Amino acid sequence: MIFELGRYILLMFRVFRKPEKWSVFRSQFLVEINNLGLESLGIVAIISVFMGAVVAIQTSYNIDSPLIPLTMVGFTTRQSVILEFSPTIISLILAGKIGSRIASEIGTMRVTEQIDALEVMGINPANYLILPKLTAAVFINPFIIILSIGFALVGGWLVALLTHLVTTHDYITGIRYDFDSYTIIYALIKTVFFAFLITTIAGYKGFFTRGGALEVGDASTKAVVWSCIFIILFNLILTQILLS
Amino acid sequence: MIEVLNISKSFGNKQVLNDVSMQFEKGKTNLIIGQSGSGKTVLMKCLVGLMPVDQGKIMFDGRSFHEMSFRKQKEIRKEIGMLFQGGALFDSLTVEENVIFPLTMFTAQSEEEKRERANFCLQRVNLKNSNHLYPSELSGGMIKRVAIARAIAMNPPYLFCDEPNSGLDPITSGVIDELISELTEEFQMTTVVNTHDMNSVIRIGDKVFFINDGRLWWEGDKHQVLYSDNEELNDFVFATELTRRLKAN
Repeated sequence: MIFELGRYILLMFRVFRKPEKWSVFRSQFLVEINNLGLESLGIVAIISVFMGAVVAIQTSYNIDSPLIPLTMVGFTTRQSVILEFSPTIISLILAGKIGSRIASEIGTMRVTEQIDALEVMGINPANYLILPKLTAAVFINPFIIILSIGFALVGGWLVALLTHLVTTHDYITGIRYDFDSYTIIYALIKTVFFAFLITTIAGYKGFFTRGGALEVGDASTKAVVWSCIFIILFNLILTQILLS
Repeated sequence: MIEVLNISKSFGNKQVLNDVSMQFEKGKTNLIIGQSGSGKTVLMKCLVGLMPVDQGKIMFDGRSFHEMSFRKQKEIRKEIGMLFQGGALFDSLTVEENVIFPLTMFTAQSEEEKRERANFCLQRVNLKNSNHLYPSELSGGMIKRVAIARAIAMNPPYLFCDEPNSGLDPITSGVIDELISELTEEFQMTTVVNTHDMNSVIRIGDKVFFINDGRLWWEGDKHQVLYSDNEELNDFVFATELTRRLKAN
């Protein structure tokens, strides 16, 4: 574990160097925005809509007392989605989607000697391969999470409308009730940390892959597992720091 | 010229290279031969700077690679072209983009100039009308040719080839061998080829180095290799039925 941590830190020193050529970095950055961000929008939208809908139904189901106003459905959906579901659950989903993609892409490049080819040419492969993915994810993931929050709130509203749990007026009133913009900042800070963890852990696992196709699959699985573990761990740490 | 001076390399207790010294001459195709596990690949990785050596020096025209600063090593790496065993072409790039890649990274050439150079290199390896194909759409021989075109794109003084014929049929192997030999002579490169293909040795071995058990066991040329009295070399050279029959005749 200490060996892995040391190797990860040393890799980060190689990642955070000046890119060989800024024009190449810029085009790679844009490609990664598309690969890691825009291509994830579909799955994020579907999960978010259903997540918001389920939270709204569950909240409504748990309101037994007539003393509790139905605006609580909108309020609880908003709080749950902003504080936890969108930044954490969507990041876990992205750990699976983009984490496995990064680890298998870089792992395949390692076992097919493409990384050695970069090194022989005099290019820093860690910087060339990982930095554009890292910066792209850190840049685009907050936008994805904001969209996810929007989709989830729409999902909650749709289910309220279709099943007559609460009126649109009550739902909107609940969403607007006692809104603290700091919760959004908290969600975005978490998102940026999680994006960093996903891309660097996946990059690390891919970069040090040895062997063949079997090991690439193994690296991809480990990248997802370790990203998820660290997301959960840092979720606790960041929540304690930012909300206590 | 590349000089290897008394280099040693070990992994844990296992000594892979033991006090190896050799000279690779400019304008000649220098072949390193030896059995699998003899240390050829480790030697090649040390030569191109993918592995540090434990002892000794590797001199590129008088410049000691492993004693240089990282920045100077980087400059020498730009003078190295390498053909990897599997080609190591970048999957996400087309044939033309693969050849252009080192030019984009290290030169300030315009798109037009880079394309011109790429086309020259691709034509030189006899590849036409393949510029927009991806590596997954190429045959084994074509992959090797593109890899050679990429390796010579920067006009390097040093060319390294790791098992250039692995996985190729005898005719394509011959074509690749001839290409390496021709390019070496034409561009006056110092070429080092790692191989265990005896056909390559006989075809293009201007200088041949036999590595056995991590040591330099024998050196000579393609004419001498068949008539040596070195027992280990003969065991390697005449290991196949075909070469044994040739010797008997």
